[in-house]
Amino acid sequence: MRNKLLLFFVFCLIIKPSISYSLVEIDITRGNLDPLPISVSPFFADEISKEKIKNNLDIDNLGLEISKVIENNLSKTGLFDTLDKESFLQKPDIAHLKPRFEDWALIKSQVLITGKVNFKTINDKDYIKIEFKLWDILGAKMVDGFSLTTVPTNWRRVGHKISDKVYERLTGESGYFDTRIIYVAEEGPKTQRVKKLAIMDQDGFNTKYLTLGNELVLTPRFNPTNQMVTYLSYFRNMPRVYLLNIETGKQEVVGDFPGMTFAPRFSPDGKKIIMSLAKDGNSEIWVRNLETNIQEKLTDHPSIDTSPSYSPDGKYITFNSDRSGYQQIYVMRSDGSKVKRISFGKGIYGTPVWSPRGDLIAFTKLHKGKFFIGVMRTDGTGERLLTENFYQEAPSWSPNGRIIIFYRETKTDDKGQGFSAKLWSIDLTGYNERLVPTETDGSDPSWSSLLGN
Amino acid sequence: MNLSKIFKNVFLVVIFGLIVTACATKKSVKTTTESSTTTKAAETQKADPIEKLDALMQGDVYIGSDTVGELASGVPDRVFFATNETILTTASRETLRKQAAWLRQNADVTVVVEGHADERGTREYNLALGERRANAAKDYLMTYGVSSDRIKVLSYGKERPVDSGSNPLSWSKNRRSVTVKAN
Repeated sequence: MRNKLLLFFVFCLIIKPSISYSLVEIDITRGNLDPLPISVSPFFADEISKEKIKNNLDIDNLGLEISKVIENNLSKTGLFDTLDKESFLQKPDIAHLKPRFEDWALIKSQVLITGKVNFKTINDKDYIKIEFKLWDILGAKMVDGFSLTTVPTNWRRVGHKISDKVYERLTGESGYFDTRIIYVAEEGPKTQRVKKLAIMDQDGFNTKYLTLGNELVLTPRFNPTNQMVTYLSYFRNMPRVYLLNIETGKQEVVGDFPGMTFAPRFSPDGKKIIMSLAKDGNSEIWVRNLETNIQEKLTDHPSIDTSPSYSPDGKYITFNSDRSGYQQIYVMRSDGSKVKRISFGKGIYGTPVWSPRGDLIAFTKLHKGKFFIGVMRTDGTGERLLTENFYQEAPSWSPNGRIIIFYRETKTDDKGQGFSAKLWSIDLTGYNERLVPTETDGSDPSWSSLLGN
Repeated sequence: MNLSKIFKNVFLVVIFGLIVTACATKKSVKTTTESSTTTKAAETQKADPIEKLDALMQGDVYIGSDTVGELASGVPDRVFFATNETILTTASRETLRKQAAWLRQNADVTVVVEGHADERGTREYNLALGERRANAAKDYLMTYGVSSDRIKVLSYGKERPVDSGSNPLSWSKNRRSVTVKAN
């Protein structure tokens, strides 16, 4: 079980050229209107490997499939223009040895990715060895590359790891492709929605359902340090915060509270959960230490205090409260002291989420009947609205803090028909808004940190 | 000069009047053909939407009877709230007094008060708001003699709307607390 889910990279060798600098660089701090032309050559596999891979995975051309995973990842960033494979002049195997740079320059490619797949059997166990190289066409040299060996079923993850490497090399920022998204899968009419916890790769593949839909589940959130998830379940009509191990499927109630607990989130070190407890018509923020089992009340106010989120250094908590009359965003020290309101714009503010870089807080705003996803600095200045719609909320950051994923619901027609809930993502720049593909309707997305080896 | 101006104005007024009449005629003809082919229900709905809304909402609190069930015979099961509010209206208090009276007469019955919000708010805040609404109803039942251990509260936030519409009337029906028999 552990082997299946936890990834199993047997061997990871980085081949780096002695001098590694690149002429190609992308500035991702602005909306990119001039994407970088990049070619992803199909990865090459010899006939014997091809045959064995076909038997093992039932995939005819794994090298081509891996190149498509990379292409899809890169083109969705909006930073790259992935060139049509039909226009490639050089064969994958020769290009991987040493590309004829003129041929790639001719089709206006500035960067080239090549690779090779080998099938191996070690001690009766099957593995694939995948090698990749990143070429700078104008500089006519290899700028990066690695090879790794893993179990065949991990092939998509290899594509993601290569994408991360390319992204990192060309933008100077860490990637976010070898990650997963946990969300609530939704089905059925609006008045009787059936909701299940679901998890998928960041690109929408490998969806798995973690609950059966027998009870209402909401707001799953990843532990930033491991494969644990915290969420709200209405199991036995007792809405409580739960902890779920997605590797073992084991789940347990978090703490022993005399009322509904909800809006859970992990601390950055993964050792605590902050959440709200609603009792006698009042919601306060509590923290529970998962190691010591000590729980502590952090706010003390007759208003609704909810949606808490830690700063990445764990020193502060942002949350929303209606103590001023309407929902606004507040920041306090993580012991509950020094509460300070930070949102002062027109409208109602909710769901503050601290960016993994620490400098921004993403939020949902309701103003004049429209819902916005936006960001502001942690002192409330520099408010910037990224997207506007009939209904959208629940921003969650990509691990590198460049992208925000959220969910959007549609307005129903006169007969109450046409409702849908979908996941969307948008760059911090406010550009590159995209539908995130899911098998069913979806809401409450949470982005994992980069998976380890 | 003046005379010509007056003439011009009169002319314009006449022309305008003709246009209006023409439009009105055209419209009424259209309405007749439409209503002759649609059902009676649709006709009533068309009659005057604003007047209809006034009869169903006071401020933005729902005061109609659609979706309202019974806790017991003659005892409505739910009360409605204004946007973002937990204050009980005069009508809500009357409903809750009826519920309390019935519960006092039926001492073996326990209830769950379910609190709900409309879809125009963030999920987590609405969970808290639903809990606050359910407790507003519970507190009122307690003031009228129902002991707290007979009343559980359960907030659904915006998860269980009773009306799937995306309009003020639908939202007003969804901002509610419902008293449900638990045994």
